[in-house]
Amino acid sequence: MIVRWLSASLFFLALLAAWHLAVKAKIWSPLLLPSPVSVFDYLRSAVEDGTLWEATAVTVRRLLIGYGLGILAGIPLGLLTASSRWSQDTIGVLALGLQTLPSVCWVPLALLWFGQTESAMLFVVVMGTLWSLILATDNGVRTIPPIYTRAARSMGSTGLHTWTHVVLPASLPFLLSGMKQGWAFAWRSLMAAEIFVTILTGFGLGHLLHYGRELNAMDQVVGIMFVIVIIGLAVDKVLFAPIERFLHRRWGTGRP
Amino acid sequence: MLTSEGPSAGAASSKLVLEHISKSFQTSSLTVQALDDVTLRIAEGEFVCLVGPSGCGKSTLLNIIAGLDRPDRGLVQADGHTIAGPGPHRLMMFQEAALFPWLTVLGNVLFGLKLSNKLTAAERQEKAEYFLELVGLKRFMHSNVHELSGGMKQRVALARALAPNPSVLLMDEPFGALDALTREQLYGDIQRIWSQHRKTIVFVTHNVREAVCLGDRVILFSPNPGRIREEFAIPLPRPRDINSVDLARYATEITRVLKGYVQTEVAG
Repeated sequence: MIVRWLSASLFFLALLAAWHLAVKAKIWSPLLLPSPVSVFDYLRSAVEDGTLWEATAVTVRRLLIGYGLGILAGIPLGLLTASSRWSQDTIGVLALGLQTLPSVCWVPLALLWFGQTESAMLFVVVMGTLWSLILATDNGVRTIPPIYTRAARSMGSTGLHTWTHVVLPASLPFLLSGMKQGWAFAWRSLMAAEIFVTILTGFGLGHLLHYGRELNAMDQVVGIMFVIVIIGLAVDKVLFAPIERFLHRRWGTGRP
Repeated sequence: MLTSEGPSAGAASSKLVLEHISKSFQTSSLTVQALDDVTLRIAEGEFVCLVGPSGCGKSTLLNIIAGLDRPDRGLVQADGHTIAGPGPHRLMMFQEAALFPWLTVLGNVLFGLKLSNKLTAAERQEKAEYFLELVGLKRFMHSNVHELSGGMKQRVALARALAPNPSVLLMDEPFGALDALTREQLYGDIQRIWSQHRKTIVFVTHNVREAVCLGDRVILFSPNPGRIREEFAIPLPRPRDINSVDLARYATEITRVLKGYVQTEVAG
Protein backbone atom coordinates (compact mmCIF):
# COMPACT_ATOMS: atom_id res chain seq x y z
CA MET A 1 0.00 0.00 0.00
CA ILE A 2 2.72 2.45 1.03
CA VAL A 3 4.75 1.46 -1.99
CA ARG A 4 1.77 2.17 -4.24
CA TRP A 5 1.27 5.59 -2.68
CA LEU A 6 4.94 6.40 -2.89
CA SER A 7 5.36 5.42 -6.51
CA ALA A 8 2.21 7.31 -7.50
CA SER A 9 3.35 10.42 -5.62
CA LEU A 10 6.75 10.18 -7.24
CA PHE A 11 5.15 10.03 -10.65
CA PHE A 12 3.13 13.21 -10.08
CA LEU A 13 6.06 15.01 -8.48
CA ALA A 14 8.16 14.16 -11.53
CA LEU A 15 5.40 15.51 -13.77
CA LEU A 16 5.36 18.73 -11.77
CA ALA A 17 9.15 18.97 -11.93
CA ALA A 18 9.14 18.47 -15.70
CA TRP A 19 6.59 21.24 -16.03
CA HIS A 20 8.65 23.50 -13.83
CA LEU A 21 11.83 22.80 -15.82
CA ALA A 22 10.03 23.42 -19.09
CA VAL A 23 9.00 26.85 -17.84
CA LYS A 24 12.51 27.56 -16.53
CA ALA A 25 14.00 26.64 -19.90
CA LYS A 26 11.89 29.44 -21.43
CA ILE A 27 11.06 27.41 -24.54
CA TRP A 28 7.57 28.89 -24.65
CA SER A 29 6.40 32.32 -23.60
CA PRO A 30 4.96 32.42 -20.03
CA LEU A 31 1.76 33.67 -21.68
CA LEU A 32 1.37 30.24 -23.27
CA LEU A 33 2.79 28.10 -20.51
CA PRO A 34 2.39 29.49 -16.98
CA SER A 35 4.65 28.22 -14.23
CA PRO A 36 3.29 25.83 -11.59
CA VAL A 37 3.93 28.53 -9.00
CA SER A 38 1.77 31.13 -10.76
CA VAL A 39 -1.05 28.57 -11.23
CA PHE A 40 -0.84 27.76 -7.56
CA ASP A 41 -0.86 31.49 -6.71
CA TYR A 42 -3.98 32.00 -8.82
CA LEU A 43 -5.76 29.08 -7.16
CA ARG A 44 -4.83 30.38 -3.72
CA SER A 45 -6.10 33.89 -4.42
CA ALA A 46 -9.28 32.52 -6.05
CA VAL A 47 -9.89 30.40 -2.98
CA GLU A 48 -9.21 33.36 -0.71
CA ASP A 49 -11.56 35.80 -2.46
CA GLY A 50 -14.21 33.08 -2.78
CA THR A 51 -14.61 33.07 -6.59
CA LEU A 52 -13.37 29.50 -6.92
CA TRP A 53 -15.70 28.12 -4.26
CA GLU A 54 -18.62 29.98 -5.71
CA ALA A 55 -17.99 28.82 -9.27
CA THR A 56 -17.38 25.24 -8.14
CA ALA A 57 -20.59 25.26 -6.13
CA VAL A 58 -22.58 26.59 -9.10
CA THR A 59 -21.17 23.99 -11.48
CA VAL A 60 -21.41 21.03 -9.10
CA ARG A 61 -24.95 21.98 -8.16
CA ARG A 62 -26.05 22.02 -11.80
CA LEU A 63 -24.36 18.76 -12.35
CA LEU A 64 -25.75 16.93 -9.33
CA ILE A 65 -29.33 18.11 -9.86
CA GLY A 66 -29.29 17.45 -13.60
CA TYR A 67 -27.53 14.12 -13.23
CA GLY A 68 -29.88 13.08 -10.44
CA LEU A 69 -32.93 13.97 -12.52
CA GLY A 70 -31.50 12.08 -15.49
CA ILE A 71 -30.99 8.96 -13.39
CA LEU A 72 -34.39 9.23 -11.72
CA ALA A 73 -36.10 9.47 -15.09
CA GLY A 74 -33.78 7.16 -17.02
CA ILE A 75 -34.06 4.03 -14.87
CA PRO A 76 -37.89 3.81 -14.88
CA LEU A 77 -37.96 4.58 -18.60
CA GLY A 78 -35.36 1.86 -19.21
CA LEU A 79 -37.47 -0.62 -17.23
CA LEU A 80 -40.41 0.43 -19.35
CA THR A 81 -38.66 -0.07 -22.69
CA ALA A 82 -37.45 -3.48 -21.53
CA SER A 83 -40.90 -4.61 -20.50
CA SER A 84 -43.12 -3.66 -23.40
CA ARG A 85 -42.69 -4.07 -27.13
CA TRP A 86 -44.49 -0.81 -27.79
CA SER A 87 -42.28 1.35 -25.58
CA GLN A 88 -39.23 -0.41 -26.96
CA ASP A 89 -40.27 0.55 -30.49
CA THR A 90 -40.97 4.16 -29.46
CA ILE A 91 -39.02 5.38 -26.43
CA GLY A 92 -36.30 2.80 -27.01
CA VAL A 93 -35.68 3.93 -30.58
CA LEU A 94 -35.84 7.57 -29.52
CA ALA A 95 -33.23 6.95 -26.80
CA LEU A 96 -30.99 5.07 -29.21
CA GLY A 97 -31.18 7.93 -31.71
CA LEU A 98 -30.70 10.78 -29.29
CA GLN A 99 -27.89 9.02 -27.48
CA THR A 100 -25.80 9.23 -30.63
CA LEU A 101 -26.28 13.00 -30.66
CA PRO A 102 -23.34 14.68 -28.88
CA SER A 103 -25.05 16.28 -25.90
CA VAL A 104 -23.40 19.67 -26.52
CA CYS A 105 -25.68 19.88 -29.54
CA TRP A 106 -28.52 20.50 -27.09
CA VAL A 107 -26.98 23.82 -25.98
CA PRO A 108 -28.32 26.09 -28.74
CA LEU A 109 -31.79 24.59 -28.38
CA ALA A 110 -31.72 24.91 -24.60
CA LEU A 111 -30.74 28.59 -24.85
CA LEU A 112 -33.61 29.34 -27.22
CA TRP A 113 -36.11 27.47 -25.06
CA PHE A 114 -35.02 28.53 -21.60
CA GLY A 115 -32.85 31.62 -22.15
CA GLN A 116 -29.58 32.11 -20.33
CA THR A 117 -30.87 30.46 -17.17
CA GLU A 118 -30.25 27.55 -14.80
CA SER A 119 -33.02 25.64 -16.54
CA ALA A 120 -31.03 25.68 -19.78
CA MET A 121 -28.00 24.25 -18.02
CA LEU A 122 -30.05 21.60 -16.23
CA PHE A 123 -31.70 20.65 -19.51
CA VAL A 124 -28.32 20.08 -21.15
CA VAL A 125 -27.12 17.92 -18.26
CA VAL A 126 -30.32 15.89 -18.18
CA MET A 127 -30.12 15.29 -21.95
CA GLY A 128 -26.54 14.11 -21.48
CA THR A 129 -27.52 11.63 -18.78
CA LEU A 130 -30.98 10.41 -19.67
CA TRP A 131 -30.47 8.45 -22.89
CA SER A 132 -27.44 6.54 -21.66
CA LEU A 133 -29.35 5.54 -18.54
CA ILE A 134 -32.38 4.38 -20.50
CA LEU A 135 -30.27 2.25 -22.81
CA ALA A 136 -28.14 0.79 -20.02
CA THR A 137 -31.16 -0.10 -17.88
CA ASP A 138 -32.94 -1.62 -20.85
CA ASN A 139 -29.87 -3.65 -21.76
CA GLY A 140 -29.36 -4.74 -18.16
CA VAL A 141 -32.91 -5.93 -17.74
CA ARG A 142 -32.79 -7.90 -20.99
CA THR A 143 -29.51 -9.54 -20.07
CA ILE A 144 -30.33 -10.89 -16.61
CA PRO A 145 -30.92 -14.65 -16.45
CA PRO A 146 -34.68 -15.38 -16.47
CA ILE A 147 -34.14 -17.91 -13.70
CA TYR A 148 -33.74 -15.08 -11.17
CA THR A 149 -37.24 -13.80 -11.76
CA ARG A 150 -38.62 -17.34 -11.89
CA ALA A 151 -37.02 -18.17 -8.56
CA ALA A 152 -38.34 -14.93 -7.07
CA ARG A 153 -41.84 -15.54 -8.41
CA SER A 154 -41.78 -19.05 -7.01
CA MET A 155 -41.10 -17.51 -3.60
CA GLY A 156 -44.12 -15.25 -4.00
CA SER A 157 -42.53 -12.08 -5.34
CA THR A 158 -44.80 -10.20 -7.73
CA GLY A 159 -45.05 -6.95 -9.68
CA LEU A 160 -43.22 -4.00 -8.24
CA HIS A 161 -41.41 -6.13 -5.67
CA THR A 162 -39.86 -8.24 -8.43
CA TRP A 163 -38.74 -5.11 -10.26
CA THR A 164 -37.19 -3.40 -7.26
CA HIS A 165 -35.77 -6.44 -5.46
CA VAL A 166 -34.71 -8.65 -8.34
CA VAL A 167 -34.61 -7.01 -11.76
CA LEU A 168 -32.92 -3.77 -10.68
CA PRO A 169 -30.25 -5.27 -8.43
CA ALA A 170 -29.59 -8.00 -10.98
CA SER A 171 -28.89 -5.37 -13.65
CA LEU A 172 -26.68 -3.28 -11.37
CA PRO A 173 -23.51 -3.98 -13.37
CA PHE A 174 -25.21 -2.53 -16.44
CA LEU A 175 -26.70 0.37 -14.52
CA LEU A 176 -23.25 1.32 -13.29
CA SER A 177 -21.75 1.44 -16.75
CA GLY A 178 -24.73 3.48 -17.91
CA MET A 179 -24.28 5.85 -14.98
CA LYS A 180 -20.61 6.28 -15.82
CA GLN A 181 -21.32 6.96 -19.44
CA GLY A 182 -24.14 9.34 -18.53
CA TRP A 183 -21.85 11.13 -16.14
CA ALA A 184 -19.16 11.55 -18.79
CA PHE A 185 -21.67 12.96 -21.28
CA ALA A 186 -23.26 15.27 -18.70
CA TRP A 187 -19.95 16.63 -17.41
CA ARG A 188 -18.57 17.33 -20.87
CA SER A 189 -21.73 18.99 -22.13
CA LEU A 190 -22.06 21.16 -19.04
CA MET A 191 -18.47 22.40 -19.41
CA ALA A 192 -19.04 23.11 -23.08
CA ALA A 193 -22.23 25.01 -22.28
CA GLU A 194 -20.59 27.06 -19.56
CA ILE A 195 -17.69 28.02 -21.80
CA PHE A 196 -19.97 28.67 -24.74
CA VAL A 197 -22.50 31.03 -23.10
CA THR A 198 -22.75 33.31 -20.13
CA ILE A 199 -25.48 32.13 -17.85
CA LEU A 200 -26.85 35.07 -15.93
CA THR A 201 -27.98 33.08 -12.92
CA GLY A 202 -24.55 31.92 -11.85
CA PHE A 203 -20.93 31.75 -12.96
CA GLY A 204 -19.56 28.25 -13.09
CA LEU A 205 -16.10 26.86 -13.65
CA GLY A 206 -16.60 27.00 -17.40
CA HIS A 207 -17.05 30.77 -17.18
CA LEU A 208 -13.88 31.20 -15.18
CA LEU A 209 -12.08 29.22 -17.85
CA HIS A 210 -13.60 31.37 -20.56
CA TYR A 211 -12.70 34.65 -18.83
CA GLY A 212 -9.21 33.35 -18.21
CA ARG A 213 -8.80 33.08 -21.97
CA GLU A 214 -10.37 36.51 -22.61
CA LEU A 215 -7.98 38.11 -20.12
CA ASN A 216 -5.02 36.14 -21.41
CA ALA A 217 -4.64 34.83 -17.88
CA MET A 218 -3.07 31.49 -18.62
CA ASP A 219 -2.54 30.74 -14.92
CA GLN A 220 -6.30 30.98 -14.45
CA VAL A 221 -7.01 28.73 -17.45
CA VAL A 222 -4.65 26.02 -16.30
CA GLY A 223 -5.74 26.41 -12.67
CA ILE A 224 -9.40 25.91 -13.54
CA MET A 225 -8.58 22.95 -15.77
CA PHE A 226 -6.80 21.51 -12.80
CA VAL A 227 -9.91 21.97 -10.63
CA ILE A 228 -12.13 20.35 -13.29
CA VAL A 229 -9.85 17.32 -13.39
CA ILE A 230 -9.92 17.07 -9.58
CA ILE A 231 -13.72 17.15 -9.55
CA GLY A 232 -13.85 14.42 -12.18
CA LEU A 233 -11.49 12.26 -10.15
CA ALA A 234 -13.42 12.94 -6.95
CA VAL A 235 -16.73 11.89 -8.52
CA ASP A 236 -15.15 8.68 -9.69
CA LYS A 237 -13.70 7.93 -6.28
CA VAL A 238 -16.70 9.04 -4.23
CA LEU A 239 -19.63 8.01 -6.40
CA PHE A 240 -18.56 5.13 -8.63
CA ALA A 241 -15.71 3.43 -6.79
CA PRO A 242 -17.86 2.26 -3.85
CA ILE A 243 -20.49 0.77 -6.20
CA GLU A 244 -17.74 -0.85 -8.23
CA ARG A 245 -16.14 -2.33 -5.14
CA PHE A 246 -19.52 -3.70 -4.06
CA LEU A 247 -20.08 -5.24 -7.49
CA HIS A 248 -16.68 -6.87 -7.59
CA ARG A 249 -17.03 -8.22 -4.08
CA ARG A 250 -20.51 -9.65 -4.55
CA TRP A 251 -20.32 -10.89 -8.11
CA GLY A 252 -16.73 -12.02 -7.72
CA THR A 253 -15.64 -10.23 -10.85
CA GLY A 254 -12.86 -7.92 -11.85
CA ARG A 255 -9.66 -6.69 -10.37
CA PRO A 256 -7.68 -8.47 -7.67
CA MET B 1 -57.75 -28.85 9.86
CA LEU B 2 -57.36 -31.58 7.28
CA THR B 3 -60.42 -33.53 8.40
CA SER B 4 -63.19 -34.73 6.12
CA GLU B 5 -63.85 -31.99 3.68
CA GLY B 6 -64.46 -33.89 0.47
CA PRO B 7 -66.62 -36.95 -0.04
CA SER B 8 -63.81 -39.23 -1.15
CA ALA B 9 -61.19 -40.24 1.35
CA GLY B 10 -58.62 -40.58 -1.44
CA ALA B 11 -59.01 -36.99 -2.53
CA ALA B 12 -58.86 -35.71 1.04
CA SER B 13 -55.48 -37.29 1.69
CA SER B 14 -54.02 -36.07 -1.60
CA LYS B 15 -51.79 -33.07 -1.16
CA LEU B 16 -51.54 -32.48 -4.89
CA VAL B 17 -54.08 -33.52 -7.47
CA LEU B 18 -53.40 -33.30 -11.19
CA GLU B 19 -56.11 -34.44 -13.56
CA HIS B 20 -55.93 -34.71 -17.34
CA ILE B 21 -53.22 -32.11 -17.70
CA SER B 22 -52.23 -31.14 -21.24
CA LYS B 23 -49.79 -28.47 -22.25
CA SER B 24 -48.20 -27.61 -25.56
CA PHE B 25 -45.59 -25.05 -26.54
CA GLN B 26 -45.36 -23.08 -29.73
CA THR B 27 -41.82 -22.73 -31.03
CA SER B 28 -41.00 -20.76 -34.16
CA SER B 29 -41.36 -23.78 -36.43
CA LEU B 30 -43.53 -26.33 -34.65
CA THR B 31 -45.87 -27.14 -31.78
CA VAL B 32 -44.48 -29.37 -29.05
CA GLN B 33 -46.93 -31.40 -27.02
CA ALA B 34 -45.09 -31.27 -23.67
CA LEU B 35 -47.79 -32.99 -21.64
CA ASP B 36 -50.66 -35.13 -22.83
CA ASP B 37 -53.46 -36.12 -20.47
CA VAL B 38 -51.36 -36.52 -17.34
CA THR B 39 -53.11 -37.57 -14.15
CA LEU B 40 -51.27 -37.85 -10.87
CA ARG B 41 -52.07 -37.76 -7.17
CA ILE B 42 -49.47 -37.09 -4.55
CA ALA B 43 -50.09 -37.69 -0.87
CA GLU B 44 -49.15 -35.38 1.96
CA GLY B 45 -45.55 -35.98 3.01
CA GLU B 46 -44.81 -38.18 0.02
CA PHE B 47 -41.51 -38.10 -1.85
CA VAL B 48 -42.28 -38.58 -5.54
CA CYS B 49 -39.68 -38.70 -8.29
CA LEU B 50 -40.54 -37.96 -11.91
CA VAL B 51 -38.15 -39.70 -14.27
CA GLY B 52 -37.80 -39.62 -18.00
CA PRO B 53 -35.57 -38.53 -20.86
CA SER B 54 -35.25 -34.83 -21.54
CA GLY B 55 -38.19 -33.34 -23.35
CA CYS B 56 -40.75 -35.59 -21.70
CA GLY B 57 -42.50 -32.71 -20.00
CA LYS B 58 -41.54 -33.51 -16.42
CA SER B 59 -40.11 -30.04 -15.79
CA THR B 60 -43.20 -28.51 -17.37
CA LEU B 61 -45.33 -30.48 -14.95
CA LEU B 62 -43.25 -29.14 -12.08
CA ASN B 63 -43.69 -25.59 -13.32
CA ILE B 64 -47.44 -26.16 -13.50
CA ILE B 65 -47.51 -27.41 -9.90
CA ALA B 66 -45.42 -24.38 -8.89
CA GLY B 67 -47.95 -22.14 -10.60
CA LEU B 68 -45.27 -20.66 -12.88
CA ASP B 69 -47.03 -22.17 -15.90
CA ARG B 70 -50.69 -22.81 -16.66
CA PRO B 71 -51.91 -26.04 -18.26
CA ASP B 72 -53.87 -25.78 -21.52
CA ARG B 73 -56.38 -28.28 -20.17
CA GLY B 74 -56.89 -30.09 -16.91
CA LEU B 75 -57.16 -29.53 -13.21
CA VAL B 76 -54.32 -28.78 -10.74
CA GLN B 77 -55.11 -28.63 -7.06
CA ALA B 78 -53.11 -28.25 -3.90
CA ASP B 79 -54.95 -29.00 -0.64
CA GLY B 80 -58.20 -29.07 -2.58
CA HIS B 81 -57.75 -25.60 -4.04
CA THR B 82 -57.06 -24.90 -7.68
CA ILE B 83 -53.56 -23.55 -8.22
CA ALA B 84 -53.83 -20.11 -9.78
CA GLY B 85 -50.27 -18.85 -9.44
CA PRO B 86 -47.00 -19.24 -7.59
CA GLY B 87 -47.07 -19.15 -3.84
CA PRO B 88 -44.85 -19.70 -0.83
CA HIS B 89 -46.52 -23.02 -0.01
CA ARG B 90 -44.97 -24.61 -3.06
CA LEU B 91 -41.34 -23.60 -3.49
CA MET B 92 -39.16 -24.50 -6.41
CA MET B 93 -35.49 -25.47 -6.56
CA PHE B 94 -33.72 -25.35 -9.89
CA GLN B 95 -30.80 -27.13 -11.52
CA GLU B 96 -28.71 -24.00 -11.35
CA ALA B 97 -28.88 -22.76 -7.80
CA ALA B 98 -30.50 -19.49 -9.02
CA LEU B 99 -29.09 -17.73 -5.97
CA PHE B 100 -29.05 -13.95 -6.22
CA PRO B 101 -25.45 -12.73 -6.62
CA TRP B 102 -26.21 -9.29 -5.20
CA LEU B 103 -27.13 -10.78 -1.82
CA THR B 104 -25.03 -12.63 0.71
CA VAL B 105 -25.80 -16.24 1.58
CA LEU B 106 -27.91 -15.01 4.51
CA GLY B 107 -29.61 -12.40 2.34
CA ASN B 108 -30.63 -15.11 -0.11
CA VAL B 109 -32.22 -17.23 2.61
CA LEU B 110 -33.97 -14.15 4.00
CA PHE B 111 -35.45 -13.24 0.60
CA GLY B 112 -38.33 -15.71 0.76
CA LEU B 113 -38.84 -15.15 4.47
CA LYS B 114 -39.33 -11.45 3.96
CA LEU B 115 -42.01 -12.20 1.39
CA SER B 116 -44.04 -14.96 2.87
CA ASN B 117 -44.49 -14.31 6.54
CA LYS B 118 -45.42 -11.68 9.02
CA LEU B 119 -42.31 -12.32 11.05
CA THR B 120 -40.25 -9.79 12.95
CA ALA B 121 -36.73 -9.14 11.73
CA ALA B 122 -35.34 -11.10 14.67
CA GLU B 123 -37.54 -14.11 13.94
CA ARG B 124 -36.57 -14.05 10.27
CA GLN B 125 -32.91 -13.93 11.19
CA GLU B 126 -33.35 -16.83 13.59
CA LYS B 127 -35.14 -18.97 11.00
CA ALA B 128 -32.60 -18.21 8.30
CA GLU B 129 -29.75 -19.17 10.61
CA TYR B 130 -31.58 -22.33 11.66
CA PHE B 131 -31.95 -23.54 8.06
CA LEU B 132 -28.40 -22.61 7.17
CA GLU B 133 -27.33 -24.67 10.16
CA LEU B 134 -29.54 -27.51 8.92
CA VAL B 135 -27.69 -27.62 5.60
CA GLY B 136 -24.38 -27.18 7.39
CA LEU B 137 -23.50 -23.74 6.07
CA LYS B 138 -24.10 -21.36 8.95
CA ARG B 139 -20.41 -20.55 8.99
CA PHE B 140 -20.79 -19.15 5.49
CA MET B 141 -23.81 -16.93 6.08
CA HIS B 142 -21.91 -13.73 5.44
CA SER B 143 -20.12 -15.11 2.37
CA ASN B 144 -20.83 -14.05 -1.16
CA VAL B 145 -22.50 -16.52 -3.48
CA HIS B 146 -19.55 -16.69 -5.88
CA GLU B 147 -17.32 -17.88 -3.06
CA LEU B 148 -19.27 -21.14 -2.68
CA SER B 149 -18.79 -24.42 -4.54
CA GLY B 150 -21.61 -25.87 -6.66
CA GLY B 151 -22.72 -28.23 -3.90
CA MET B 152 -22.71 -25.47 -1.31
CA LYS B 153 -24.79 -23.28 -3.60
CA GLN B 154 -27.41 -26.01 -3.90
CA ARG B 155 -27.40 -26.37 -0.13
CA VAL B 156 -28.06 -22.65 0.23
CA ALA B 157 -30.82 -22.94 -2.38
CA LEU B 158 -32.29 -25.77 -0.30
CA ALA B 159 -32.16 -23.64 2.85
CA ARG B 160 -33.74 -20.76 0.94
CA ALA B 161 -36.56 -23.03 -0.25
CA LEU B 162 -37.13 -24.57 3.20
CA ALA B 163 -37.03 -21.36 5.23
CA PRO B 164 -40.52 -20.02 4.37
CA ASN B 165 -41.85 -23.40 5.55
CA PRO B 166 -43.53 -24.53 2.30
CA SER B 167 -45.61 -27.68 2.49
CA VAL B 168 -44.48 -28.74 -0.99
CA LEU B 169 -40.93 -28.67 -2.30
CA LEU B 170 -40.52 -28.85 -6.07
CA MET B 171 -37.05 -29.84 -7.20
CA ASP B 172 -36.07 -29.61 -10.86
CA GLU B 173 -32.94 -31.73 -11.32
CA PRO B 174 -31.34 -29.90 -8.39
CA PHE B 175 -28.25 -32.08 -8.29
CA GLY B 176 -27.80 -32.52 -12.04
CA ALA B 177 -24.79 -30.23 -12.31
CA LEU B 178 -22.90 -31.60 -9.30
CA ASP B 179 -20.12 -34.16 -9.12
CA ALA B 180 -20.89 -37.67 -7.87
CA LEU B 181 -19.39 -37.29 -4.40
CA THR B 182 -21.20 -34.04 -3.66
CA ARG B 183 -24.43 -35.59 -4.94
CA GLU B 184 -24.08 -38.53 -2.56
CA GLN B 185 -23.70 -36.15 0.38
CA LEU B 186 -26.78 -34.26 -0.70
CA TYR B 187 -28.81 -37.49 -1.03
CA GLY B 188 -28.03 -38.05 2.64
CA ASP B 189 -28.88 -34.46 3.55
CA ILE B 190 -32.17 -34.35 1.70
CA GLN B 191 -33.34 -37.66 3.22
CA ARG B 192 -32.42 -36.48 6.70
CA ILE B 193 -34.18 -33.15 6.24
CA TRP B 194 -37.22 -34.81 4.68
CA SER B 195 -37.56 -37.21 7.60
CA GLN B 196 -37.26 -34.34 10.09
CA HIS B 197 -39.55 -31.88 8.33
CA ARG B 198 -41.90 -34.14 6.40
CA LYS B 199 -42.42 -32.01 3.31
CA THR B 200 -44.22 -33.25 0.24
CA ILE B 201 -41.45 -33.40 -2.35
CA VAL B 202 -41.78 -33.68 -6.11
CA PHE B 203 -38.36 -34.34 -7.55
CA VAL B 204 -37.57 -34.28 -11.26
CA THR B 205 -34.53 -36.13 -12.54
CA HIS B 206 -33.31 -38.16 -15.48
CA ASN B 207 -31.12 -40.23 -13.19
CA VAL B 208 -33.03 -43.42 -12.38
CA ARG B 209 -30.71 -44.43 -9.55
CA GLU B 210 -31.17 -41.04 -7.92
CA ALA B 211 -34.94 -41.39 -8.21
CA VAL B 212 -34.90 -44.84 -6.58
CA CYS B 213 -32.63 -43.58 -3.83
CA LEU B 214 -34.95 -40.72 -2.91
CA GLY B 215 -38.52 -41.54 -3.91
CA ASP B 216 -41.38 -43.36 -2.25
CA ARG B 217 -42.70 -43.62 -5.76
CA VAL B 218 -40.97 -43.28 -9.11
CA ILE B 219 -43.15 -42.07 -11.98
CA LEU B 220 -41.88 -42.87 -15.44
CA PHE B 221 -42.47 -40.39 -18.28
CA SER B 222 -41.95 -40.84 -22.00
CA PRO B 223 -41.55 -37.97 -24.47
CA ASN B 224 -43.39 -36.76 -27.59
CA PRO B 225 -45.98 -36.27 -26.24
CA GLY B 226 -45.11 -36.24 -22.55
CA ARG B 227 -47.05 -39.02 -20.85
CA ILE B 228 -46.92 -41.02 -17.65
CA ARG B 229 -46.04 -44.61 -18.61
CA GLU B 230 -45.55 -46.50 -15.41
CA GLU B 231 -45.29 -46.11 -11.71
CA PHE B 232 -43.02 -47.95 -9.29
CA ALA B 233 -43.36 -48.05 -5.54
CA ILE B 234 -39.99 -48.20 -3.79
CA PRO B 235 -40.50 -49.89 -0.44
CA LEU B 236 -36.82 -49.86 0.55
CA PRO B 237 -36.02 -48.80 4.12
CA ARG B 238 -34.51 -45.35 4.77
CA PRO B 239 -32.04 -43.83 4.86
CA ARG B 240 -31.03 -45.33 1.55
CA ASP B 241 -27.53 -45.61 0.21
CA ILE B 242 -27.25 -44.91 -3.51
CA ASN B 243 -24.64 -47.68 -3.81
CA SER B 244 -26.70 -50.44 -2.19
CA VAL B 245 -27.43 -53.62 -4.14
CA ASP B 246 -31.19 -53.59 -3.45
CA LEU B 247 -31.42 -50.12 -4.83
CA ALA B 248 -29.48 -51.11 -7.91
CA ARG B 249 -31.96 -53.91 -8.63
CA TYR B 250 -34.86 -51.46 -8.72
CA ALA B 251 -32.87 -49.02 -10.79
CA THR B 252 -31.92 -51.69 -13.33
CA GLU B 253 -35.51 -52.77 -13.71
CA ILE B 254 -36.82 -49.22 -14.16
CA THR B 255 -34.04 -48.37 -16.60
CA ARG B 256 -34.93 -51.43 -18.66
CA VAL B 257 -38.57 -50.36 -18.85
CA LEU B 258 -37.56 -46.77 -19.64
CA LYS B 259 -35.34 -47.91 -22.53
CA GLY B 260 -38.23 -49.88 -23.95
CA TYR B 261 -40.31 -46.70 -24.20
CA VAL B 262 -37.53 -44.59 -25.62
CA GLN B 263 -36.78 -47.21 -28.29
CA THR B 264 -40.43 -47.57 -29.31
CA GLU B 265 -40.51 -43.79 -29.68
CA VAL B 266 -37.46 -43.81 -31.92
CA ALA B 267 -38.72 -46.79 -33.92
CA GLY B 268 -42.23 -45.39 -34.19
